[in-house]
Amino acid sequence: MTGTVGLGSEFVLDSDETRDEPTPAAAVAGRTPATVAGSTPGRGRRYRGRGAEPEPEAAGATVIDVRIDPGDPLLVFLQTAPGPLEVGALPAYSPAVRRMKEQGVAIVVPLVTSGEVVGLLALGARRSERGYSRDDRRLLDNLARYAAPALRLGQLMRQQAKQARERERIEQELQVAQLIQQQFLPSQLPELGGWHVAACYRPARTVGGDFYDLIELADGRVMVVAGDVTDKGVPAALVMASTHALLRSTALSVTAPGEVLRLVNDLLVPQIPLHMFVTCLVLVIDPATGRTQFANAGHNLPYLRGRAGVTQLAARGMPLGLMPGSRYDEHETVIEPGDLVLLYSDGITEQHDASGEMFGFGRTEALVAASANGDDLVDRCMAGLAEFAGEVEQEDDITLVALHRGMGEARHDTFTVASVAGNEREVMDRVAVLVAPDLPADRLEALKTAVSETAMNAIEHGNRGRSDLPVEVAVRRTAEAITVEVSDFGRGLQREADVPDLDLKLAGLQTARGWGLFLVERLVDRVEDAIDGDRHIVRLTMHTAPAADDQPDEPGPPTEGKRP
Amino acid sequence: MSLSYELDQRGPTAILRLRGQIDRDAVGVLDDAYAAAARTAATVVELDFNAVEYINSTGIALIVGLLGKARSHGRAVRARGLTDHYQHIFEITRLSDFIEIVQPV
Repeated sequence: MTGTVGLGSEFVLDSDETRDEPTPAAAVAGRTPATVAGSTPGRGRRYRGRGAEPEPEAAGATVIDVRIDPGDPLLVFLQTAPGPLEVGALPAYSPAVRRMKEQGVAIVVPLVTSGEVVGLLALGARRSERGYSRDDRRLLDNLARYAAPALRLGQLMRQQAKQARERERIEQELQVAQLIQQQFLPSQLPELGGWHVAACYRPARTVGGDFYDLIELADGRVMVVAGDVTDKGVPAALVMASTHALLRSTALSVTAPGEVLRLVNDLLVPQIPLHMFVTCLVLVIDPATGRTQFANAGHNLPYLRGRAGVTQLAARGMPLGLMPGSRYDEHETVIEPGDLVLLYSDGITEQHDASGEMFGFGRTEALVAASANGDDLVDRCMAGLAEFAGEVEQEDDITLVALHRGMGEARHDTFTVASVAGNEREVMDRVAVLVAPDLPADRLEALKTAVSETAMNAIEHGNRGRSDLPVEVAVRRTAEAITVEVSDFGRGLQREADVPDLDLKLAGLQTARGWGLFLVERLVDRVEDAIDGDRHIVRLTMHTAPAADDQPDEPGPPTEGKRP
Repeated sequence: MSLSYELDQRGPTAILRLRGQIDRDAVGVLDDAYAAAARTAATVVELDFNAVEYINSTGIALIVGLLGKARSHGRAVRARGLTDHYQHIFEITRLSDFIEIVQPV
């Protein structure tokens, strides 16, 4: 940092200080009356001085360049030196002093504040060619007393500004890393016949070490993986990315879960940092029969809720990356129609509340037992955890994957409409015809409005009303849920800046509009959106029956949907 | 089917019998309907939704606009004939905090 003062002239903060690279200190001397240059001990810096005149050269001034290196003994000397000093009185073995002499500096005044040299006032010979008088020295001494703290303040402000810029850069990089990491997670969960998959991924920091994936195998089966890297944040995210890539590539050639884990472990051991490892669970499911092979590398045992109640799929093995040659036993089970499976990381079971108690397995198991379906289970877990933790911040990454095998096969229908205003009614009516037999009247009406609003958003905003761009609608029906996907060529949901507030609207402080997405989110059980290539897809899920907690108390009025 | 209305006055109440759908095409009609009700000496504007088959978010915004005008003129607004579904929408948008919902139809 620097300040430059020409006596009787102006004060200049040198913008060169914004440079990242430390550079030598410089000052103006020669026939310019005086110069103050700031320097931070321990950090060599360059200072550009300017005298009373706009251009030093025009006044016969000489710009001098004095680097004061961090190890220069001059800094120690100046720290205790009182007032103005003849350059001849400075330690001659100092490289900076030598350079000052070469450049005509006659007298220097150290700028010291809080015992620290923050700059140097360097002057050339007087214009009158007489020596500096006692009054001159007193004036310079006074000037130094005022200038030093001001200069230090400026230095601190610049230092803080630089640190703020650095923090901002790191935050931007983390945001990019988060986007990249999100690409590793499935943007859309695959269709598994009559199955329904729900998932939630919430890192404790911007990026995390948890991961999950659903990989469709060539023979029609699906490999489900869930993993958790020790630690969190950037180191965990880097190991997560590497492990995920190894799992994906291994699954191309090997589908036996134990063998997948064995191969990935052997590839990971040589490259994983010391003291880090990865827990990982692999399930290979045949959606048609429910037959499931699984193997486990130290991950939490998944819960299975079946006719016999809630059990755990027991399988144990060494976490990945710890020991070469580890082997993983394969187990088999059948997930029956109606069964619900939960894969979860320890971010949920090991979350503490304010008293230090952990959420634990018991609460997790109880949620599995009580949930109506996968979406409901994920929602209950997140809500239950938030209520349990209270003010305690999230301690670890959280991943939940719920697999619900439906009671029957899924039925699919797709159609398109042109992006013409008013066609949202056609979408609504066609969807209503398809799903009417599956939904009670109140849920049907709620879904119709949500579909209409979503289609209108796709027509007006996603496709910008261009009639040549179609809006595609896909309807999937199972015994448990209806999903309606509306896709357009836009970049995402048009979210209002503010949540609609009727008081504000009536007071004229919000536009009367802006209800669309607000209504959609409150009318159906779940709203998700994703980008798939050049398409933006909004998926609405409406269960054929409300979750148990949403069942109306007789004989009250029916409840339509719940807030996702 | 676009929106149409009939005005009927009963004592201090101006009844606007709405028919059709309340969406973007209803802008002028709903404005006209309120203006007609405002020309009477009514202190209450009753919106009769019995023959309304569809209301979307743009329609909700129009109703908010009508409610704002009525309140600024010191008139109460009442809704009659809303289906259970649209009653629910009036509840989640909090229109029901400002508009008395009267049943039966």
